Amino acid sequence: MFRRERSIPLRGSAAALCNNLSVLQLPVHNLTHFGVVHGPSAQLVSAAPEGVPLAQRQLHAKERAGVSLPLITQVHWCVLPFRILLVLTSHRGIQYRLCLPEELLPVATSSVWVRGPRAGHWEVLEYKGTWSGRVLVFDVPAKGPNIVLSEELAGHLTSVTDIASEHAQEQDCIADMVTADDSGLLCVWRSGPEFKLLTRIPGFGYSLRPRTPLYTSGS
Amino acid sequence: MSMRTLPLLFLNLGGEMLYILDQRLRAQNIPGDKARRVLHDIISTMFNKNFIEELFKPQELYSKKALRTIYDRLAHASIMRLNQASMDKLYDLMTMALKYQVLLCPRPKDVLLVTFNHLDAIKGFIRDNPALVHLVDETSQQLIEAYGGLSAGEFQLIRQTLLTFFQDLHIRVSIFLKDKVQNSNGRFVLPVSGPVPWETEVPGLIRMFDHKGKEVKRTEFRHGGNYIAALKEGSFELYGDRVLKLGTNMYSANRPVETHTSGASKNLASQSQQSIAPNPLAKEELNFLAKLMGGMEIRKPSGPEPGFRLNLFTTDEEEEQAALTRPEELPHEVVNIQATQDQQRNQELARIMGEFEVTDQPRWSASKGDDLLAMMDEL
Repeated sequence: MFRRERSIPLRGSAAALCNNLSVLQLPVHNLTHFGVVHGPSAQLVSAAPEGVPLAQRQLHAKERAGVSLPLITQVHWCVLPFRILLVLTSHRGIQYRLCLPEELLPVATSSVWVRGPRAGHWEVLEYKGTWSGRVLVFDVPAKGPNIVLSEELAGHLTSVTDIASEHAQEQDCIADMVTADDSGLLCVWRSGPEFKLLTRIPGFGYSLRPRTPLYTSGS
Repeated sequence: MSMRTLPLLFLNLGGEMLYILDQRLRAQNIPGDKARRVLHDIISTMFNKNFIEELFKPQELYSKKALRTIYDRLAHASIMRLNQASMDKLYDLMTMALKYQVLLCPRPKDVLLVTFNHLDAIKGFIRDNPALVHLVDETSQQLIEAYGGLSAGEFQLIRQTLLTFFQDLHIRVSIFLKDKVQNSNGRFVLPVSGPVPWETEVPGLIRMFDHKGKEVKRTEFRHGGNYIAALKEGSFELYGDRVLKLGTNMYSANRPVETHTSGASKNLASQSQQSIAPNPLAKEELNFLAKLMGGMEIRKPSGPEPGFRLNLFTTDEEEEQAALTRPEELPHEVVNIQATQDQQRNQELARIMGEFEVTDQPRWSASKGDDLLAMMDEL
C-alpha cells in the first residue's frame, strides 16, 4: 500500500509537538514542501520526487529588535483556491508568509492553532487552553495582504482541539464545519454571511466497555 | 516562551541532583553524619527564602550556562567538593533525567506532579529538621498558588519551553538504557501501553453522528497499543498521592550512576552553534545571576571540619580519564561577577562570591560592567 522513499535529513531536530509536520504538494511543479517546527524557528524543506532534497531554509517569527524570538507552536501550509499561505503561530500571535513573493503580515491576536482552508475563508482554532474555546474565522482576500478577522464563534467552553470543514455543494446541504473541544463536545456549524451553530454533540463518556459517563452533555 | 518555567526547571533539576548525590554518598561510604550534613546544607541553600522569591518572579528562561553556574554553586554549598569531570557528569545526569520526565508526562500539567514528587522526596532527606521541612512546604505552597490556576494551554507552553531547553541533548544514561526507556542513539522510548492521561478515553472506537447529533454507526479500530483507563488523578495538594512515578528517586544503593558521554561531543557542536548567535538577553541574564547569587546564602562550615571530595565515577582513574576526554568547549572556570555600579552591592556580592570560591580552581574577574558580555563569550 505504501512504499518507503528516501529519507530527507533536516538541519535541526523536530520539536516534541503534536502533529509537527506540514506537507504541501505541488504536483504541477513536481515539488513537495515540508514544514517542521524547531524551537523558535520553522524549518522548510523542498524536495523533488523520490525525496531528493532541493532546498532548506529556516524562518523565524519576526520580532522587534531586542525582544527574544518567540517559540513557534505550529507551521502550516494553507492551500486556498487562489493563493498559498504559510502560517506561523506562536504564543504571541499568527504571522503569515505568502508564497512567492514573500510578505509578512503580523496579525495581533491571541495564540492560535491553524486548521483547514475553506473557499474564501479559512478557519483558525485558538491555541489549546490559552483561551477558552473561541474559534476565529479570518477572511483571506484573493490578492493583497489584508487578512482580517471576520468572526469569532462562541460554542465551546474549553479549548478547541480540532476543526474539520467541507465546502457544501448541494443546496440543501446542512453542515460546513465541525469543531471539537477538550471536553469531547462537537459543534456543527453552517456557514453563511455569519456562521450558525446547528447542533451540539456531547462526545465524551463512551468507550468500548460500558462505563458511566463522566460528563453530562452541555456541562 | 513561558515566563513561569524557571521555578519548575530549577526545583526539579535540584531534586535530581540530590537523588544522585545521595546515592553517591552512600556508594562511597561517606559517614552518615557528613552525608546528612551535605544534603542538609544544599537543601537549605536551595530553599532560602530570598532565593525562592527571586526564582518565582515571572522571567524568561535563561541559557544553559547561567543555570549550570547556579548548580555549580549549589553542589559546593557544603563541605563536599566535586572535580569538574564529576560536576559535568552530575549535570548531564540531572538534565537527561528531567528531560525524560517532562517528555513522558501524560499531560503537560503533570509536570507539577513531577515537581511535587521531587519536593516530597527532598522532605524525606531532611525529615529530622522541622524548620527546613517547613521551608520546603512554603515553596510547595508557592507552587500551588503560582500554578494551580493555570490553563491547559499555559502548561503546554511551559512544557514546550522546557523541552526547547533540552532540545538536542542525547546523552545516554546507563540506568535508562538498562530499563529500555532510552535507545542507543540517545532518544527516549515513548510507551504505547499503560494508563492513558487522566480524563482521556482509551482509544479504539470511532463513532459517527448525523447532523442532528444522533449516533448512526460505530466501528472499532486496532491501534497496536495496550492502553487502560487512568484509575485516579494525582494530588496537587501539599500532601497526597501523586500517582505519577516520574520524578521519584530511581537510584538506589544497587543502581550505580553512570553515563556514556560519547554522544556529548556531538551535542556540543550543536550547542556551540546556538551560542554563537547573539543573545539579546545576555546582559539581563548576568544581572539575574548576580541577583540570584545575592539571594543565595552560604553558610561557612563551623569548626575545623574537613571537607571531602565526592567522585561521580566508580574509581579515581575513571574520573581522571573523563577529565582528559572532556570536550574543550565546556566551561571550567569559576565566573566572578562584579556589578560595579553599586559599590555596596558589589562588596556584598564579592563577599558572597568569595564564600562560594572553590580554592583549587583558577580565578578570573571582570573589571568593568561592559566586560560582562565579553566574559560570557569567553565561557
